Parts: sequence; C-alpha cells; structure tokens
Amino acid sequence: MPNMPEPVVSRRGVLAGGAATAVVAASPANAARVGERPAADPAPVKVSFKVNGERRDLALDARTTLLDALREHLHLTGTKKGCDHGQCGACTVLVDGVRINSCLSLAVMHEGDDVTTVEGLGTPEKLHPLQAAFVKHDGYQCGYCTPGQICSAVGVLDEIKRGVPSHVQGDIAASPAFSNIEVRERMSGNICRCGAYSNIAEAIADVAGGKA
Amino acid sequence: MKFETPAGDNPIDRMTVVGRAHARIDGPLKTTGTAPYAYEHHREIADPAYGYVVGAAIGKGRISAIDLTQAKAAPGVIAIVTADNAGKLGKGKFNTVKLLGGPEIDHYHQAVAIVVAETFEQARAAAALVRLDYARAEGRFDLDTALKTAPLAGGSSDEGSGSPGVDRVGQFEQAFAAAPVKLDAHYSTPDQSHAMMEPFASIAAWRGDELTVWTSNQMIAWGHGDLARTLGIPKEKIRFLSPYVGGGFGGKLFLRTDAVLAALGARAAGRPVKVALQRPLIPNNTTHRPATRQHIRIGATKDGTITAIAHDSGSGDQPGGEPETAVNQTKLLYAGANRRISMHLAVLDLPEGNAMRAPGEAPGMMALEIAIDEMAEKLGMDPIAFRIKNDTQVDPEKPERRFSERQLVRCLEDGAKRFGWSRRNPKPAQVRDGRWLVGMGVAAAFRNHINMASGARVRLGQGGVVTVETDMTDIGTGSYTIIAQTAAEMMGVPVDAVVVKLGDSRFPVSAGSGGQFGAANATAGVYAACVKLREAVAQRLGFNSADTVFEGGKVRSGNRSTDLAQAANAGELVAEDKIEFGKLGDTYQLSTFGAHFVEVGVDAFTGVTRVRRMLAVCAAGRILNPQTARSQVIGAMTMGVGGALMEELAVDTRFGFFVNHDLAGYEVPVHADIPHQEVVFLDEADDKANPMKAKGVGELGLCGVGAAVANAVYNATGVRVRDYPITLDKHLERLPALV
Repeated sequence: MPNMPEPVVSRRGVLAGGAATAVVAASPANAARVGERPAADPAPVKVSFKVNGERRDLALDARTTLLDALREHLHLTGTKKGCDHGQCGACTVLVDGVRINSCLSLAVMHEGDDVTTVEGLGTPEKLHPLQAAFVKHDGYQCGYCTPGQICSAVGVLDEIKRGVPSHVQGDIAASPAFSNIEVRERMSGNICRCGAYSNIAEAIADVAGGKA
Repeated sequence: MKFETPAGDNPIDRMTVVGRAHARIDGPLKTTGTAPYAYEHHREIADPAYGYVVGAAIGKGRISAIDLTQAKAAPGVIAIVTADNAGKLGKGKFNTVKLLGGPEIDHYHQAVAIVVAETFEQARAAAALVRLDYARAEGRFDLDTALKTAPLAGGSSDEGSGSPGVDRVGQFEQAFAAAPVKLDAHYSTPDQSHAMMEPFASIAAWRGDELTVWTSNQMIAWGHGDLARTLGIPKEKIRFLSPYVGGGFGGKLFLRTDAVLAALGARAAGRPVKVALQRPLIPNNTTHRPATRQHIRIGATKDGTITAIAHDSGSGDQPGGEPETAVNQTKLLYAGANRRISMHLAVLDLPEGNAMRAPGEAPGMMALEIAIDEMAEKLGMDPIAFRIKNDTQVDPEKPERRFSERQLVRCLEDGAKRFGWSRRNPKPAQVRDGRWLVGMGVAAAFRNHINMASGARVRLGQGGVVTVETDMTDIGTGSYTIIAQTAAEMMGVPVDAVVVKLGDSRFPVSAGSGGQFGAANATAGVYAACVKLREAVAQRLGFNSADTVFEGGKVRSGNRSTDLAQAANAGELVAEDKIEFGKLGDTYQLSTFGAHFVEVGVDAFTGVTRVRRMLAVCAAGRILNPQTARSQVIGAMTMGVGGALMEELAVDTRFGFFVNHDLAGYEVPVHADIPHQEVVFLDEADDKANPMKAKGVGELGLCGVGAAVANAVYNATGVRVRDYPITLDKHLERLPALV
C-alpha cells in the first residue's frame, strides 16, 4: 500500500476545507462547536402525562425523548428503540389515540397527554385481540419490532374507521375501506427485518373481520 | 451421545408434539413487550450509567491527537475510555479487526471511545465534545480495482461454509470450448447490511473481578470466550447472557464493540454501564455481507446436458479476513463432468466483511440461478426442465458420496403445479396487465446442512415440570418453542409442562444460532439429554429402561404405569448430555433443497418492480414446527426480495465508508413490498442428519429467491440485469416501447 505524504487532518482543518465533508458529516463531533465551553445542564423540566391510564409526574432533562422517558425513566421497555431516528417504527406508541414515533418526540411536549404503550393494551395473561392475533398468526419472529407493529396496527384500524385517507386509495375523497393493500400501505412505517409481513397482514385482517 | 449411524425409530417419530404447528411459547411475552432484551434489565440493574460510542471519522489512518478536556468537563460525565487508557486488550478469535480502534484506525466508524455519563442525554452530548485529530492514510476501498491483482483464496465463513481456492474436476477449458451451447457472463452483488431491528446492545456489571454481561448475541460460547480473550481475564469470571435477541442474521454471531465497551466503561466508572450502538454507526462499525463479482461459464450439449461449469467469485475483506464463499453451491447443485470452482480475495480497508444469513450461498445463488435461467433460454428449454435434466443424486466432485436426501426435482415439479407455471409465457415482455409488465421466475433453493455438537441439561422437578437449560439462543427462529416441543415429546408431557431457559453461559454449550444449524442440532442436544433423563427416571422408578414408554404424563413399563411426576418425589432429577457427530456427514452430503417461484409486475412507465406472488417449496428434513419454520422461510423470502430489488450499501471509494448507514438510507422491504407468501414443506425425515431427522431451513428460504425475482423481472421486461439490486435505473431505458 502506498504511503501517502498525508497532511495531518484535524477536525478543525477538515471543517475548514470542503473536500472531506462526507467524512466529518458522519461524525458525532460535527455537532460540537469547536472551542465552545460545555454549558452546565439546565434544571430538569417537570412534565405530567398519563401512561396506560396512570398519571406520571416526571422531572426530566429537556432533551429526553418520550421513548427514553418510557424506557429509562418509567421502565416501560415494551416500547423499543430500533433506530432513534424515526426510521423503523419500533418505538410506535399511541398519544391521545394517534400513533407516533416516540423517538421523534420530546417527553416535555406531552404535558397532559394520554399515552398508550404496548403494556397498556394487554398483558401475557390477558392479551389484546391484536396481541392474540399476532401470536395465532406468528406475526413476528425476533419480537423486537412487535410492540411497535401492534401499536401501529391499533392506530391503523382506527384511522381507517375515522376515514383518514392514504396513498393507495383510488378516490382520496371516499371513505377508506379495509383491504390487504390498504393495511400494508399504512403499516409501511414499521419495519420487520425478520420479514413477518405476510403473517402480520393476516393477524390484522383477522381482528378487522377477515376482510383482507 | 455420539451420532454415528443412521437414526432408527425413536420417540420423536411419534410426532405427537414435534412436527406439529405450535404457537410460540414466548409469544405472550413478545407481543406484550415483556420479554427483556439486552438493554432492558432494569430488574437486575437498578442504576446504570450510560455509554455512548464514538466512531472513527476516517476510513484508514491513525489518531494523531485526542483532546478529552471538554468532554470530561461536560455535565454528568463519569468516565471516558479510549485505547489510550483501556489497558492491554486482546482480539477475539472470531474478530478480524479489533473492536476498540486507536491509534491505528482500521475502518470507518471503528469504535475509538466510549463516554460514560449519568444519563443517556449527557453521554451523547459529551461524546460530541471528544476532539480527535486524524492523520488520514490512503485506503483500499474499491473492490473492482483491488480484484485486478487479488490472489486466489479458499476460505470458510466460520460457520460451516467452506471452499478451497480452486477445485477442478475433469478438463473444464477443453469441455467448455467444445460445448455447442455456451454462457459466459458476469454478475455482481453489493455489500449488504444485516439491519436487524434491535441494535447491538449490552449492559455490563462488575462485582470485584467478576463480570456479568447482558447482551444480544447469537452464539453465547463464541461471545463469552472472545470477551474473555479481549479483556484478558478467565472466561470463568464472566457470565454472558442473551435470553432474547432482537434479530441477528449473522451480525450477532460474534462479540462486538458494545459488549467490550460496556465492560471497559463499567470498570472505569465503577458501576454498571449500558450501551446500545447508535443505529447510524451499525453498518460501518459492525460486519456486513461482502460484495461479490462473479464470473460463471456453462457449456452444454444441445439436449441441455451440462458438460462444463465454472464459477469464480471475487470479494474483499480486511487484512486477515476471508472471502465470501459464493461458489459453494456450484460444487453440489448441478451435474456436469468438467468443473472449475475458484475464489479471489482482495484486501480492502472497508469495514469487516463476515457472515450474513446464508453466507456464500445467498449471493452465490443470486448469480448462479440467473445463469441457469439464461442458459435454459439459449437452449430453448424451460428453466425447470433444464434444472431437472441436470439434477444429480451424488456429489459431482466425489460421486461415491450420495446426498442423504435430495428432493430438488419434486420441489420444482410440485411448485410448478401450485404456482401455475404452465401459464408463463417463455418469451419475455409479452404479458401486460394494464400499466404492468408481468413476468414469472423460478430458481432452485439450496443450502447445506451443518452438524454441530450441542449440549443441554434437563431437569425433572416437583409436579413433573421439565426444565431445559442450554446456551442456545432464540433470535426469532423459534428455539424456545421447538426445544419445548422436543422435551415434551421425549418425556411424554404437554408443552406447557416444559420450561425452557436459554442464552446463559452457565448452561451447557449448544450449537448456537447461525448457518441454519441451530434448530436441528440444538433440539438433537435436548434429545440426547432427555434420553439420559428417561434412563434416570426409569432407574429411580425401578423400571427396565429399555422398554419404558413416556406418554400422557405417565411412565409405563410392561404392565406397570406411574405418573412421571412421582419420579421427582424423592428430589429433582437432572441429566446433561450433548449430541456429537461421527462421520455420517462426510459419508453423505447433507443438504436442503427447495424451489422459489415469483411473479412480478414492472411498471411500464417508471420501471418500478412490485412482487405480486411468491411461493417456496422446501425439502429440509423433518419440520419440527411447521408454523415457526414457515415464518423462517417467509422471512428469508422477504430478505431475498430486498436483495433482489433494493438492498445495497453504497461505497464511498474516496473516503472508504458505506454512505447509507442507517435504516432510512439502507432500504429493506416494508409491508407494502411484500404480498401474501406461500410455503410448502415436502415430507422428509433425514435419518442421516441426527436423531431428530431434521435439517436447517432458515437460510434455505433465502438461497435462490433473489434470482427468482431477477428471472421474473427479465420475463416481464426482456431486459436482463446482472448487477444487483435491480433498481429501475438499470432497465428503464431498455424497457419495451410504450406504444
């Protein structure tokens, strides 16, 4: 391998020159302003919301996502962190009945909200109909995306009922109807790398009345 | 128990529990979010500190300076570990590249520091204040350039897929030159990422010099041993646990940096530390399936008999790494008197290449099964008929070795009937459905079965509860359930009388999860332990163990019968054994077979491909649980669609890294991409494989499906794309004219 007469590349140097932008853009140090003194942590921010029907009062670092508040502060680890960037859907929860990626939402934004996680849908002893359908149809494998898939499915069925339109509807003004393709379109924000999609679609159809 | 002769009749043959669909016994936990994954052990670890990993920002070179002043002063920071203060570290036996870089940097996003703080938010903020200056060196990042001078190489994926550098049978060159019909074509497959949903994650807790690590790992014994080797402590001082694994696909076969850095961070912080590798670091920090450049030549007589076949594959890896063994299947899948099989291995400075689901065969079949389709077309033959014509019941390199079972022809014929193959128009680009160009494709599925020693401990406790302990993992494969089914069948109890404990280094060493060897071998190990437990039960009850029957919760011998639970009245009975293998796997070729059928629509205007129908017919020994086995196959088919149509780690050959290193940029199939999938298992019980008469199936489902998609796209469009993934830009300009 040829030994390049390489100039020493420093973070500061790279930032100044344009050629290596790709390298530095992917580095966590990119977020830092060079030379800036780290500020002391700001005081915790108080927030109160309901989780699975129970009022929770928290004092959090304002940077805490709803996902980390649930997992690390309330120890509700059913909600999963797959990417922390809103790319995979594993962190899907219902806030006031609407599904969101809890990793893309700061906990302090949820004052007074009503949050439902997978733990709030059912328990191993008393499964929610969708949880039971996932078991029956083997709508999972490793199980890591599963809570997000189930919360998302709860949201999807409700969206169809409420007439929220989707990309695959023939007529955007008409009421959406339950169908295999309608569900697959709406569930596409929830990645399952094990590839249980075919079974998940059948589990959801089972609960929706077998109309897929 | 040593398995040396074909299995005779045994209690598993009753198939009252084994072989029947059974919902996963861990299903209620997984669907309610109560199964604890690696990062979720609040019950055991009440007050952990949080680690955040810093990855190298160059592809090759060295760190010239580290300035931790600001990071250390940041709020909440407890410790920062870099190679400077980590102490002497070893390298794992299964790792090609060290897991904590510095001062030398081997690849982009190689871990160079862990910042430990009171909270995750503090650790993340402080990690952004770690100042690293680099001296970048020139790296070898371009596979095509590096292959020009790459030497021949043999290799092994470390999980059973092996191949020597060059294999010859007969005179390939002469036979190919003389063949009246020839194919000489080049194919490429890109680097791929496992992209499992659960990030690499670990919690480490020291008590004195003893370390407990909860992690996410497919192979407890490999990870356990390599963590000890890396830290330089005896493995007896480490407990390594992985009860639930959120997907691995080969990425979690090995010790990775999360476990090492959690252990180092916890030692430096003086308290437990939890670390999840940030998603954007995963594709470059961890391993990936290496890209291949494949060259296939096939010569045949006019009646479709293959007379010459050659397959060369080139791939690259870090220094000391191994080739992607993409030629494996070509040694065994089709007959042909003259053969040449070879591999080239280039040294690259991209991240470490290693096993991903069906290493070798997955990319190898993607190429070979297009080549077979192309050859059939040249011969004017149906691609199924061409495959059947060249079927072989023996190892083509060693004709004295027969396949233990080989039902490839039945898979193809059965699948053709079910899929309506006769409706396929062999002339491409003829079928339209509105705006869609419609095509059908077929490919063989092939993957070897691998014997692995596997141990288990079985307890008969109060009330007749049977508890199985083995370090086997369940990575979504259904291990919990099939192990419970095996113990239930052997001990004559219902599945809910069995407790299964997995993924703990204190349990007997199992096959682990990889190379589709987990299910068959791990259950065979449980079988062996249960045989011992049955003997212990018979002995305690004063029964003649040879004719004792275990059934319906009872133990029977002659006209005597008693409840199984009674055997534990005088105290728990414990038995431990492992399955080991003799030479049957050498005498016979143990392989699994299948046929993939795919129908696609290609948008005549945009070139977008949509999969419309999929069918797999598989013959893979006894299917232990048709429901979980089917899930393995549909999951593999889904990954195959990804490989065919979208998955590609894009290489920046200037700076040496995978550009699309997260789940937004690295595209994998989503719900909208996957239609209902059909799977059929042919009856088979392979008595040469193990007492379960079972083989693997989890990777078979992936091997060939990509080519079936590619062949369907060709049948739809008439445009042959030989470079995966088949994205619309590769055929759009050559699609049939829009009238």
